[in-house]
Amino acid sequence: MTSSSTTHEGMEPKGLMKVITASSVGTLIEWYDFYIYGAMAVIIAKQFFPQDNPTAAFLAALATFAAGFVVRPFGALVFGRIGDIIGRKYTFLLTLLLMGGSTFAIGLVPGYASIGMWAPVLILLLRFVQGLALGGEYGGAATYVAEHSPKGRRGYFTAYIQTTATLGFFLSLGVILITRKSIGVEAFNDWGWRIPFIVSVFLIAISVYIRLKMAESPLFAKIKKEGKISTNPLKESFAKKSNLKMVLLALFAAVMGQGVVWYTGQFYAQTFIERTLSVEFEQVRYLLCFSILLATPFFLVFGAWSDKIGRKTIMLGGMLLAIVTYFPIYKMMYGIADPKAKTEIVERGSTGTAVTVNPAGDSTTTTTTVKAYTDGSTMKTVKKEVKLADKSKPAPKAETVKTFWLSSAGFWMMMFLVFIQIIYVTMVYGPIAAFLVELFPTRIRYTSMSLPYHIGNGIFGGLTPFIATRLFDASKTTENPGGDPYVGLWYPILIAGVCFVIGLLYLPSKNDEDVSD
Amino acid sequence: MNSLKRLSGFLWIALGALAVYMLFSRAGLEISEAVAGKRPLLDTKMFWYVIIPIFLPIMIGLCLFGWFAWKGEYDVIARDSEHLT
Repeated sequence: MTSSSTTHEGMEPKGLMKVITASSVGTLIEWYDFYIYGAMAVIIAKQFFPQDNPTAAFLAALATFAAGFVVRPFGALVFGRIGDIIGRKYTFLLTLLLMGGSTFAIGLVPGYASIGMWAPVLILLLRFVQGLALGGEYGGAATYVAEHSPKGRRGYFTAYIQTTATLGFFLSLGVILITRKSIGVEAFNDWGWRIPFIVSVFLIAISVYIRLKMAESPLFAKIKKEGKISTNPLKESFAKKSNLKMVLLALFAAVMGQGVVWYTGQFYAQTFIERTLSVEFEQVRYLLCFSILLATPFFLVFGAWSDKIGRKTIMLGGMLLAIVTYFPIYKMMYGIADPKAKTEIVERGSTGTAVTVNPAGDSTTTTTTVKAYTDGSTMKTVKKEVKLADKSKPAPKAETVKTFWLSSAGFWMMMFLVFIQIIYVTMVYGPIAAFLVELFPTRIRYTSMSLPYHIGNGIFGGLTPFIATRLFDASKTTENPGGDPYVGLWYPILIAGVCFVIGLLYLPSKNDEDVSD
Repeated sequence: MNSLKRLSGFLWIALGALAVYMLFSRAGLEISEAVAGKRPLLDTKMFWYVIIPIFLPIMIGLCLFGWFAWKGEYDVIARDSEHLT
């Protein structure tokens, strides 16, 4: 594969599939690296953050997760600039190495119990590096594939890059599940969670090997030969009104809404099922894996369709469906795992109490209650109460952990509801790479498209679970201690709503076929 | 259509300004509640210290987008780089 085999009309299909494979494998692994942190947020909270308050620990972990997202726009600026000056190939090779190195290092950082505050500080720093690397990766991969693609099929070919984010998430869930099954839950929570991070180093090595064999993008090589490379892509992208207005259009008319729909379907759904509904860890991951696997081909379907009917129609269609159906979908999800709406089989239930006393004389009473329901679902509640031997000290708060096992029908229904949300993701996300590439010229494309992409996805999207969880916690009052489980949905609905209106008014309906300018 | 695009520019400016106002007023309210012991202090401060610096520039960007729309910059979307750079 050489750049001479390509023109601005695109490559031969065989060569193009090699380009897509080489780009996609690396991007997929970068997403994997990025997501394993989020997928294990709860375990990481226990390992690296003070555990006095579980909500604080969870929020702290999510904040670190968000920190990974928030620095992504800075990565877009740093690596976008390098990519527009030096070239696409070497830039996304560098981002791959940074991502792999920081992920591997996270797997080696000792816990809070061993090194105290150094643990969360180191994790935060490594998370920053991950965010920077990801900020530089996506724009490069999308630009690289788009600049090889033929006219009229750019949506379809760039959609392969779009699948990598979801497949990276799928891979992260798969590796976590396999590791957990292989070594057991206790060992996994104790030290086994490090394995998915360490495994990354092998995946990165393979990907670097593949990428080293790739040639530079033909369009970039052409402008380089002609001496038309931008000397200051940042200035050209953001200081010139004519381009800045397109950056703002991309952000507010497309990527902002796409980001919240994506992160609601793929991540807030998980937080909601696991935290609000207390569904058991493995069931949540299995149903996510199935949903993702079934929905992923639709990235290609909607990417290809956007070549025919336009990017705008499909992206805005996905946003509108999400806005209209999120509340009914989440109400149905709640109903599937709501014990109050179920009939208990009293004779199949059980309650057991165990008391342990430590050498200091403090006693811990653990009460385990299991309830079975007529639909086949089960609920286990474990309540721990500690009584201190020293009566002068205040007794710690009782701790209650609920775990809900969905019935078989409930599992498939829940999976279907997540699948629908991921279909919306494929609608808004499938055509977005082609849309962004077509909006900006070659000489500043990497920089210009990376920033709105990472603000929309990293900030608006990435903060969705964080903001929605906070809204839910804030809705808990003394009158309603359970809170409003749906209040978190207002955030994605409002953001997607504003984006939909802006997109409808301002986005062109026709695709821009020529990206060689 | 272009008139609607221009007129709604005001809406985006107003929305950006309203979001900035709400951001600060909500942060002030919640942090004062936390100082008074009604909310967890660390969580509340951390949340707003993250949210404000992130969303403030974006909301300014929304106002700028509204300004461009009002000025008719989006009446015609450029299709080639000669009109962009």
